[in-house]
Amino acid sequence: MRYSFFSKKLVAVIFLIAGFVSAQNHEGEEVETGAHDLKTQIKEYIDHHLLDSYDFNLYSYTTDEGEHKYIGFPLPVILWDNGLKVFSSSQFEHGEAVAEVDGNHYALYHNKIYKTDAEGTINFGGHHGDETHTEDAFGEDLVVDDAHPTNEKPLDFSITKNVVFIMAVALLMFLVFRSMAKRYQKSTMPRGVGRFLEPLVLFVRDEIAIPNIGEHKYKKYMSYLLTVFFFVWVINLLGLTPLGVNVTNNIAVTFALAMITYLITTFTGNKNYWKHIFWMPGVPVPMKIILAPIELLGTFIKPFSLMIRLYANITAGHVVLMSIIGLMFIFKNWIGSPLSFLLAFALSLLELLVAALQAYIFTMLSALYFGMAVEEDHH
Amino acid sequence: MEKLIEQFSFGLFFWQLLLFVALLFLLRKYAWKPILGAVEKREEGIKGALEAAEAAKKEMQNVTADSERLLQEARAERDALLKEARDIKASIISEAKEQAQVEGNKMIKQAQATIESEKKAAVADIKAQVASLSLEIAEKVIKEELSEKGKQQKLVEDMLGDIKLN
Repeated sequence: MRYSFFSKKLVAVIFLIAGFVSAQNHEGEEVETGAHDLKTQIKEYIDHHLLDSYDFNLYSYTTDEGEHKYIGFPLPVILWDNGLKVFSSSQFEHGEAVAEVDGNHYALYHNKIYKTDAEGTINFGGHHGDETHTEDAFGEDLVVDDAHPTNEKPLDFSITKNVVFIMAVALLMFLVFRSMAKRYQKSTMPRGVGRFLEPLVLFVRDEIAIPNIGEHKYKKYMSYLLTVFFFVWVINLLGLTPLGVNVTNNIAVTFALAMITYLITTFTGNKNYWKHIFWMPGVPVPMKIILAPIELLGTFIKPFSLMIRLYANITAGHVVLMSIIGLMFIFKNWIGSPLSFLLAFALSLLELLVAALQAYIFTMLSALYFGMAVEEDHH
Repeated sequence: MEKLIEQFSFGLFFWQLLLFVALLFLLRKYAWKPILGAVEKREEGIKGALEAAEAAKKEMQNVTADSERLLQEARAERDALLKEARDIKASIISEAKEQAQVEGNKMIKQAQATIESEKKAAVADIKAQVASLSLEIAEKVIKEELSEKGKQQKLVEDMLGDIKLN
């Protein structure tokens, strides 16, 4: 986790500079509160950016009349709530309206869909208080920010922005690798895009699969390793584009990927693998009994760490990057903006590396777990 | 952690799983298998070509070594032939010498034997002549001496005492 250490240092440096610059700005109360509001706004923006979204917005702005304008297009919302409900996310009007389908009302609250009444009332349970607090879905009252709404949540299969991007990446990968495969039918020399991709494919085979799994058994895992490597890499890279789609900073996505690794490991594990979990050879019997639950837990922890690592790295990168960009709007002076631009630029380069590195680590560790699952008895 | 669980979106998980698994199977069939197959085929081809080149090189070396060896053999054979010829020459000469010696010796011996036999014959002849002479003498003596008895006796005795063979 060298990277997160580095970003911590970076954040510390930025806060020092920020402190210095804001000390210069100690002119009056008004500036202070203005900056504070801006900070809150930026923080909210970052939080919002990290979340999935029901529509595809490229950017939004506020007109002089105080009206929010969004550039983008809505996506289909698919709910299972006593029957399939499909409607356009434009009905939410970016969280400012209640959508009505077949007599049911749905409202967005903190980017989640809740079933509400016609007015879009969100009820809050007494999670941290005895009185039940009620708030309008688009009300300004943020006192109960950490309370959970008690409204019913319908099962949500919506095609969100992230799903659109997963589809796009899947389509892109399929077309690119299909065309690459077709070229090989004419000659075994790589042509076109294959010249760039073949070394990567060979890298996955020769540097990841063979050393970790072994020369004889690596073949059946190659499809998964290659797919997950390119998928994570491409989708991480897309997260760095101005489209700003962060698919891998959703725990659901990394959970799905880690789960597949877990399932493959579990279902391809040989006798030796299970023996090492439940009846560790070469240790006394009491130790065997102690080790069994630990080893069993370990099989879950391994993919869990995969899930958290990918999620945390990408999320951290985006938070830091956007914080630095956000600093530009706080500093508003000649030293702050160029500095934060430079930092953001440097960090973007680092993020490019992280995008590839995380894909590599995920693939590498998956291969390592597969290797453990098929390792032969050496005793 | 609570925030993470709250953030977990089942819909996104569902789509990710579905799309990823679909992608995995599609790519496996249409991309990874052909690509890896082609790459492997190519690698094997390269390996085969390299091995063939190596074998050809070895073959070439063998051929060169063979011709070198043949040349050497021919040279050795020539040398051996020459040596043999020289040996034969020497042996023929020495054999001839020996035979000449033997022949010479034989001839000398034959000559000696002839001489010996001639000598013997001569001696025998002389003896015969001596005998006949003796007989003639004896006849004359007898003829002369037999006239007087005492003289005859004395003559025979004298003559016999004179005769010394060789």
